[in-house]
Amino acid sequence: MTVKVGDEIPTFTRETGFANWNRYAAVNDEFVPIHMDDAAGEAAGNGGAFGMGNLQWAYLHNMLRSWIGENGEILSIEVQFRSPNVKGQTVTAKGVVTAVDGDVISLDVWTEQQEGTKLAPGSAKVKMGK
Amino acid sequence: MADSNISAAMKAAVGTETSRSTSYPISESDIRKWAIAVYWPEKPPAVFTDPEAAAKTVHGRLVAPEEFNPFAWASAKNELLLTGGLPSRMVNDPDSSERALGIEGPGLKFMLNGGMICEYGVRMGVGDVITGTNSVGEYSEREGRLGLMLFSRGVSTWVNQNGEMVKRTTSTLIRY
Repeated sequence: MTVKVGDEIPTFTRETGFANWNRYAAVNDEFVPIHMDDAAGEAAGNGGAFGMGNLQWAYLHNMLRSWIGENGEILSIEVQFRSPNVKGQTVTAKGVVTAVDGDVISLDVWTEQQEGTKLAPGSAKVKMGK
Repeated sequence: MADSNISAAMKAAVGTETSRSTSYPISESDIRKWAIAVYWPEKPPAVFTDPEAAAKTVHGRLVAPEEFNPFAWASAKNELLLTGGLPSRMVNDPDSSERALGIEGPGLKFMLNGGMICEYGVRMGVGDVITGTNSVGEYSEREGRLGLMLFSRGVSTWVNQNGEMVKRTTSTLIRY
């Protein structure tokens, strides 16, 4: 596969809510009230409980892993958490190639909700699996 | 408005190791459960659930997703390297990091997660024992829409039982 600047990579999408967040809390011991309880999320200014930034992080990894293959490598990833993932959102992880330097591919990556608002923008460097 | 919220004591603390933890050996079940959760409701890739499928990859064994946390529920050993106690993620105290270092914090009212950067080394897999060391990263500040914004960083470095770097994560906390 030839990779070039501007290529959009296959996306990773999940409908999000307590079913995802509670499972993630269960493996990461992340039972923080803002992620479990609407009242706590509302008190924090988000209108209700909201999902973990760490799960957005995982969705970006899932997207990259699927694209580079089982023998590929994620070298680095950087993300900022800009907007909360609230219940009922359809979250999609996306990526666009920004540079190709030998076998190192740089990308802009982000998660966005169903209306296109970016939740967690960032960047990554990967190597494709051989 | 203060000229700077970064005190001499805060600058002097950069590089201080604050805590060190050693994981229990990573199990197949740990990896399966993590993968099921982060891919739910669809099935995770077989490389995270099926040792035979995993053996055919370059890893030659069941490996964990890069973002897997072997310290989530319990650690085999925790060493607190501070006098002030660990900052708690359950308490909304913007000065908790400095308090844990035994120094005075900047006293800012609000804080938010400024994101993280992670560099990966070797993969984590079944049987690996991971040691993570947390240290104080650089402080910086800049004028923003909400006034003088303080950026403080925490650095977490994980190595495996062979001393190989697994990952280095730099997390940024924004206070204002």
